[in-house]
Amino acid sequence: MIDWLMEPLGYTFLLRGFVAAIMIGVICAVVGTFVVLKGMAFIGDALAHIAFTGIVVAFLAGFSFYIGALIAAVLAALGIGAVSQRTGISTDTSIGIFFSGIFAAGIVLMSLGIQTYTIDLFSYLFGDILSVRRDDLISIMILGGIVLGIILIFYKELLFVSFDPVVAESAGLPARKLQMLLLILLSVTVVVSVQAVGVVLVVAMIVTPSATAYLLTDRFGVMMALGALFGAMSAVGGFYVSYYADVPSGGAIVLVATLLFAIVAIIGPKRRNFWKLATVSPEPSQHQHPA
Amino acid sequence: MESVPEVLSEQRSNLPAGPAAIQVEDLSTGYQDDPVLEHVQLSVAPGSLVGLIGPNGSGKSTLFKTMTGLQPPWQGRVLINGQPGRPGPEVAYVPQTETVDWSFPVTVGQVVMMGRYPRLGFLRWPRKPDHKIVDHALEMVGMGGFKSRQIGQLSGGQRQRVFLARALAQEPSILLLDEPVSGVDATTQHQIFELLDHLCKDGVTTIVASHDLSCVAQRFDQVLLLNRTVHGFGPPEDVLTQDLLNRTFQSHLLLLRLGNRTFVVEDPDHFHHD
Ligand SMILES: Nc1ncnc2c1ncn2[C@@H]1O[C@H](COP(=O)(O)OP(=O)(O)O)[C@@H](O)[C@H]1O
Ligand SMILES: [Mg+2]
Repeated sequence: MIDWLMEPLGYTFLLRGFVAAIMIGVICAVVGTFVVLKGMAFIGDALAHIAFTGIVVAFLAGFSFYIGALIAAVLAALGIGAVSQRTGISTDTSIGIFFSGIFAAGIVLMSLGIQTYTIDLFSYLFGDILSVRRDDLISIMILGGIVLGIILIFYKELLFVSFDPVVAESAGLPARKLQMLLLILLSVTVVVSVQAVGVVLVVAMIVTPSATAYLLTDRFGVMMALGALFGAMSAVGGFYVSYYADVPSGGAIVLVATLLFAIVAIIGPKRRNFWKLATVSPEPSQHQHPA
Repeated sequence: MESVPEVLSEQRSNLPAGPAAIQVEDLSTGYQDDPVLEHVQLSVAPGSLVGLIGPNGSGKSTLFKTMTGLQPPWQGRVLINGQPGRPGPEVAYVPQTETVDWSFPVTVGQVVMMGRYPRLGFLRWPRKPDHKIVDHALEMVGMGGFKSRQIGQLSGGQRQRVFLARALAQEPSILLLDEPVSGVDATTQHQIFELLDHLCKDGVTTIVASHDLSCVAQRFDQVLLLNRTVHGFGPPEDVLTQDLLNRTFQSHLLLLRLGNRTFVVEDPDHFHHD
């Protein structure tokens, strides 16, 4: 058993993938705590698809995929934030049209560009944790560290604004800026995770471990910590499945995360609560009070 | 009858020196292109307990939002303790309808602690004095035993008291309560008013929006009649007149005075529209 676990870690490139997987599992769950509670999963999915087009453009133009993905995702996050704060109504349809169109452009560009470029963009669709290079790992560590650091700095404020944006703003917190910050953190998290889990499944990596944690606790901080634990467990479990079964790591990691969720949902203490959360899905902007 | 009621400009002789707690100067505001408040003029002395009265849609919540700085004025301004009003812990606001997600994983204690966050500032964590303030605030609203309950596991009245405790934890000098006693039983209502009396003696200026006229007539030292603009402001015995009430509510209400108590009922001979 120990040999079986240690074998892939003997190779430097696999050890890199292992470390990256844990880091990504943790960041996704920490950010995912807000995403689950604020019902932002759809926005996360949109950001991932838009990031993909940024990656394709980066390859065609010959610069780092991180830069392409980051620019695309952060710009999209700012756009989504502006739209949802201005109208205050459900913006799902406009976001859906916008992100599908940009993703479609990415797919077309990929097909055109792939004849001249040998790099497999396919791995960004479905994730390939085993191909994380040294500078990839450095980027993951730096960007992930920044995300975790910012959440630590603004922990109280993000909690207040997520729970009750109207009163948080009236008490003097910069509510709109903090909500925008959350969107930017989400977009950075998406970009950092794309290599490991792929565009298609990034949102599951963000949402599932936190949702699992939600079933087990009534406390925000505990939910975040448990989510990070489940995220890391899923990432590590998926890493081994991916290595031994030779399947894309995104599928393997998300499958483990979903299994964990299913187990907790079946034997855990507050099964009903999750479905309540899933159906209520609070809107991010709540500046109207019914008279 | 169409002239501005004289109580509007009347200042009480025992007014404390220094700036008014809340000074509203020629305030107009609204949503999109619809004006909701027009030329609101108001000066509230520190430590007042004011009942804000008006029918649904008369702009009570909007007036509160301009006082907290959530709703920008189109014209005129709001001064808080002599300074232009902007969002901050000085003015604590308890909205009429909390739009929070009740399944959010926070406890009563954590919710009340949120009232401390704006005063703490970034990267500063709650310390012993903050925990004491939270405990004290929960005691004051009679929710001391519920600190570790998840917020969704409370009744409607208990939730409202928790949000009141959060407002108290802000240590505000001004407290704005938007219909806090709707959906609260009579005992709790009584406790809340005892608490408000107590706060006012400590110098906290409190405005309570309500459409329960009888309650306001008995509980407040000052009454503010609002419908688009101020129709009257002063002690209940001066302001709660048949004429001013009918103007505010645009309907027919009967004032009953029994001894020194005032009751307001709808005139059964007239159709009442809200
Ligand atoms: N966010 C909003 N957007 C547009 N109109 C609003 C909004 N909030 C309130 N109103 C309108 O403004 C008017 C006053 O509302 P409000 O201040 O809530 O009155 P009250 O609290 O006295 O019932 C109402 O006609 C209401 O429909
Ligand atoms: Mg109202």
